Amino acid sequence: MDDMKTKSIDIATQEMLKKAREENIKTSWDRLEAQLPQCGFGQLGVCCTVCSMGPCRIDPFGEGAQVGVCGANADTIAARNLARKIAVGASAHSDHGRDVAHTLSLLGEGHAHDYEILGLQKFKVLAQEFGIDTNKPKEQVIKELSKKLLEEFGRQEGELVFTKRAPKKRQSLWKKLGITPRGIDREVVELLHTTTMGVDNDYKNLITTGLRCALSDGWGGSMVATEVQDIILGSPQPIRGKVNLGVLKENYVNIVVHGHEPVLSEMAVKASLDPELVKLAKSKGAEGINLAGICCTANEVLMRHGIAVAGNFLQQELAIITGAVEVMMVDVQCIMPALQEVATCFHTKLITTSPKARFPGVIHIAFEPQRAYEVAKEIIRFGIENFSNRNKERVNIPKQEMDLVAGFTKETVFQILGGRYRATYRPLNEAIISGRLRGLAGVVGCCNPKQTHDYFHTALVKELIKHDVLVLQTGCSAIACAKQGLLVPEAAKVYAGKGLQEICEAVGIPPVLHLGSCVDNSRILTAASYIIEEGGLGDDLSDIPAAGCAPEWMSEKAITIGFYFVASGIYTIFGANPFAVLGSKNLTDYLTKDLEGVVGARFEFCDDPMQMAKLMIAHIDRKRNDLKLKPVMYSQE
Amino acid sequence: MKKLTYKVDKCLGCKSCEIACAIAHAKTQDLFKALREEVLSMPRKKVFSAKGKSYPVSCQHCQDPKCVDACMAYALKFDQEKGMVLHDEARCVGCWMCVMVCPYAAIRPNAKTKIPVRCDKCQDKDEPACVKACPTGAIIWGAVDEEGILSSHQTK
Repeated sequence: MDDMKTKSIDIATQEMLKKAREENIKTSWDRLEAQLPQCGFGQLGVCCTVCSMGPCRIDPFGEGAQVGVCGANADTIAARNLARKIAVGASAHSDHGRDVAHTLSLLGEGHAHDYEILGLQKFKVLAQEFGIDTNKPKEQVIKELSKKLLEEFGRQEGELVFTKRAPKKRQSLWKKLGITPRGIDREVVELLHTTTMGVDNDYKNLITTGLRCALSDGWGGSMVATEVQDIILGSPQPIRGKVNLGVLKENYVNIVVHGHEPVLSEMAVKASLDPELVKLAKSKGAEGINLAGICCTANEVLMRHGIAVAGNFLQQELAIITGAVEVMMVDVQCIMPALQEVATCFHTKLITTSPKARFPGVIHIAFEPQRAYEVAKEIIRFGIENFSNRNKERVNIPKQEMDLVAGFTKETVFQILGGRYRATYRPLNEAIISGRLRGLAGVVGCCNPKQTHDYFHTALVKELIKHDVLVLQTGCSAIACAKQGLLVPEAAKVYAGKGLQEICEAVGIPPVLHLGSCVDNSRILTAASYIIEEGGLGDDLSDIPAAGCAPEWMSEKAITIGFYFVASGIYTIFGANPFAVLGSKNLTDYLTKDLEGVVGARFEFCDDPMQMAKLMIAHIDRKRNDLKLKPVMYSQE
Repeated sequence: MKKLTYKVDKCLGCKSCEIACAIAHAKTQDLFKALREEVLSMPRKKVFSAKGKSYPVSCQHCQDPKCVDACMAYALKFDQEKGMVLHDEARCVGCWMCVMVCPYAAIRPNAKTKIPVRCDKCQDKDEPACVKACPTGAIIWGAVDEEGILSSHQTK
């Protein structure tokens, strides 16, 4: 069991890994082992496969070839490779945003009957933001708004509307640097263009174009996704939920939703409560239908309905290995190709739903917004029919489950701090100014079998809250900390410093706030802008005593998030695996040092959670000092 | 006695063995850190290519080593027991004679330290780093007989 402890700190995960080993089922940890040692050129980012004169590699030890066939050196090659990843990450988030905006447009045309405007308040505010007269009939406003939102993707000139949410000073810096994003699709295409053979050979310029593309995600595609989801699926409110594999229920039909786009899983939530389907489930000998989620789809249905979270990214295979999952319904992103193989070891049916994400030989039930509820019902019915195929002797559901509170948004979270009658950001700003709170941290991102699963997230977050830093979380990072019990108000008493404890106790919030899925990182950007608007903490996002970190990242999307955070002025640390850039000293120095002088923030690579916390706290203290704020109220020392 | 041999048909020319070798002979023993060392580590192994095939090359530790004969400083000697050419770096004057006489071009001049480097079969490790690094199993670390021939089951 000892080597299990190096794989994950989560007991449920350890148990399932043990079962997997006994039954000779391979998981990502085994596949990582089979991949070792991984290619040094790839890790350093100095392998170029852009054209067919290559593949070319730069000898990192300085003796062999120092340029590729075309003459590109390590700086150009590493920067081009990184730029491509930024473009891919941005396209993933933004294409998600487009799909959601498209659903809104179908709703306006009367073709998406299963959806309605649930976030009416936000709908009006957003329409006004886009200059639409909200006195017009609702259908008309929906049509105009969805048209304008979709136009953001194809816009050729000008500025994305959401960039105006940023503080004035930040907007003018972007203008000065020429990185204000124009159109969401345009920035991705332009960045990809610059990376092809023989275009941009200046690593600094490649990064500049990359920053612009990343901004088109954070202040564009992701923000569209978040805002429109809040409109058609409802704005989240603080809500209780449960997390970890223990949420799967032995006598129920277990349906797991996994992926990122919530438009279908939202309907699955509704369908799981459908009396006709519940009756069908009971007729098959089940006690009912149990819906649970993995990854960001989980976060979305958790935020809005309190649906239980079965686990984060590395637990997707483990959920199937419990032997208790009838259907795993997936949409897009972070869905391991290995799921299919693991599912064949059990009765579990994997069902793909997006035309963009197919698996050979896997059941595909195409999602169409026009008949969303019908599709969801069909999938759940599939699960119910599959219940009788479950081999009860092979069912092992770990006991571990933990309570959590989620559903914080830029609208709810800080208004809670102000109370119902003082719903402003003032109390938050005051807390930082007075030193009761040291500052804010965003801890986000994936999990990665190269690191001890969940350990980096939780060790870092515990250390931060101990030093009176309020932690905002999204994605698999939030799920990791939730499993360790950090997302309940009571956690403040156990783990938080005195200042943060006082705040948590006064308003009844956890010391770690769950803001949603990965596209919801855009909530952090808007929240930070509100903080500046409220006053007293500088006039640019880079002035706020705040820092970001993705301790166990693995996805290209994480790189893009990192870039829009840094481009927005927020110092950001990346965990154990640096971006593949270390093969270029110039590029590494540019990202980790010189960018500070360009956008007021820089990257840091660090592979130790305690050290990460130290660096983030030191950065927050430096910002406090620059703002000439009082020292923190309760010093640890 | 164990020896490094190669299944050339399996070599993809990825140079992972070169990188692993350089790391194994770096102070920090870590890829990312090794690149920041004052004197960069140098791989003792090189992958050469000829007629569309890739050939990993490192010191063969010949039984009749030309390099030992050529060394004027008596820095090289063949150790029968270990089956290795040993290099006494303190005695080496950096004349590059060994580099020139090696029929395999397997001895590599390190211009910065002014002494040549060669494969030491990773004496401090349980098996040479290149063997572990090879993703296709093209590098074989196997026992050889007195003639230096691999036993037949190991060549499969």
